Amino acid sequence: MNTSNVKKLIPLLVLATSCAATAAENEISDSDRIAQYREMISDGNPADFDEMRGEELWKTVAGPKQATLEKCDLGKGAGVVKGVYTELPRYFKDTGKVQDLESRLLTCMTTLQGIPEEEITAKPFASDKKASDISSLATYVVGQSKGIKMAVSTKHPQAKEAYEIGKRIFNYRAGPYDFACSTCHATSNVRIRMQDLPNLNVRKDAQTAYASWPAYRVSQGLTRSFQWRLNDCFRQQRFPEPKFASEATVALTMFLAVSANGGEYAGPGLKR
Amino acid sequence: MGNPMKIRAAVKDGVTEVKILMQHEMETGLRKEADGTLVPAWFITEVKAQYQGRTVLETQFGQSVSKNPYLLFRFKGGAAGEKITVSWVDNKGDTRSDEVSIAG
Amino acid sequence: MNAKLIIGLAVSAALASISLSAQAGNTAGGLDAKTAEIVKRDFRDKGIAKATRVNQDELQAMCSKYVDKLPAKIKTRLEAEQTDAIKWPADGKYMGDWKAGEKLAQSGRGMTWSDKAEEPAGGNCYNCHQLSSKEIAFGTIGPSLLNFGKIRGNTEANQRYTYSRIYNAKAVNACANMPRFGHMGILSEAQIKDLVALLLDPESPVNK
Repeated sequence: MNTSNVKKLIPLLVLATSCAATAAENEISDSDRIAQYREMISDGNPADFDEMRGEELWKTVAGPKQATLEKCDLGKGAGVVKGVYTELPRYFKDTGKVQDLESRLLTCMTTLQGIPEEEITAKPFASDKKASDISSLATYVVGQSKGIKMAVSTKHPQAKEAYEIGKRIFNYRAGPYDFACSTCHATSNVRIRMQDLPNLNVRKDAQTAYASWPAYRVSQGLTRSFQWRLNDCFRQQRFPEPKFASEATVALTMFLAVSANGGEYAGPGLKR
Repeated sequence: MGNPMKIRAAVKDGVTEVKILMQHEMETGLRKEADGTLVPAWFITEVKAQYQGRTVLETQFGQSVSKNPYLLFRFKGGAAGEKITVSWVDNKGDTRSDEVSIAG
Repeated sequence: MNAKLIIGLAVSAALASISLSAQAGNTAGGLDAKTAEIVKRDFRDKGIAKATRVNQDELQAMCSKYVDKLPAKIKTRLEAEQTDAIKWPADGKYMGDWKAGEKLAQSGRGMTWSDKAEEPAGGNCYNCHQLSSKEIAFGTIGPSLLNFGKIRGNTEANQRYTYSRIYNAKAVNACANMPRFGHMGILSEAQIKDLVALLLDPESPVNK
């Protein structure tokens, strides 16, 4: 084995790939091709870096109370991260509220570490210029649920109510365009421009969509959180901005998570 | 020093497959800020992979490569437990080097 | 107050007024009211998108409540009201310039919190409809409008009808997905005329 052999191998591989693509040109739809591309780069998902960053943050002492988040209870006991995301949102006794992952992380960061809430909610999303701690923490936590089936419970009356309110927010039409989430996400096999839209009232679509967030957006070069995804939908609905970790976003998340129940969680995902 | 890479290497049927995910902004030098100022070019220019101290891959990168580049290559040989070292250099002279053991 | 009366109240609240629904607890009406309360509290101004945008007009509230399947009586009434509110062009002309219309149809901008107030909104047409045969990146939420004019004819009656559909799609179908471009002040009269021309002008790529 020597260097020149390796160099020859690479162009050969490239050639082989392009031939295969040409032969199958007429049989493969654009969506299939995007799926192929995703498959090809799926074990090179840059969301891994955000996961690593989040894990570091989870274990690092921070805030006025100089504490880590290792005592944070995300629903399965203090410090447990494995599988917690598949059961969120859920009702938490200590706060007396239904919370999703991000609002619960907010509780942990304020109570355990003593970081002021305004400081965290002022920077809920990653940007080109700066990463967001709470967003990276969420990426880390969701990564610990990979391969586990979604099993969000509505047994607690408040959880049930959150689900019902979430469903109503999903269908809530308002703004200059009269749009609701359901305008784009309650019909099967439709697309906006070239973008296929999941019908979130259909279990299989809801499972696939929910399981793929948070996700690294190649076009933005950033790992995007679930609440960011909701925000961007509301932006395109021509709505005002939902407050971070608010009851409205938790309720909507509850509705979507329950709709995805039974599906295997597969995030953090990778998107165009 | 740059941010860590994520490298995975595994040998199968006498061929080692190496997957490298790099953390880098890869600025083209053509992008503008909202206020119109040009974002200066900043990208990896060279990636090198070494197996047991021997170079098995040497490649030049440019502005057309995306942010957080992913690179996959294979070479003949390699055995479980042996080391692969990957390093890159960018146009500002920054470097990063990470090592991984080949999985069986 | 006996149980039957409470149920009666809940039903009337669900049908007509949400002001009584607080008493109805977790009934559908109670949840509708609570949802409205939460939405009003949990959204805030961002850029040009003001928090007041979540306040629904009656049509929006009804379509939300019935998930776009309105009882016939409400549907008929709302459609009549939307029709009555259409502002027809003062000059009695409905056709503008199809070229300007095509440009407008291509643009998906407008009215989001990342848009600027001074930038005019686009028509967003291709987001949901096929129009020109030359444009392959079209959405499918709405029906294909390819050959719209060729099929329907460029008569004055049809120009007027097309104008009204763009001005206020809810005049024909109260819970249609399509925005009310004229009614809500998204597009100007002149812009709507350009879109009518895009759809009906025999020279437009929609009909070629």
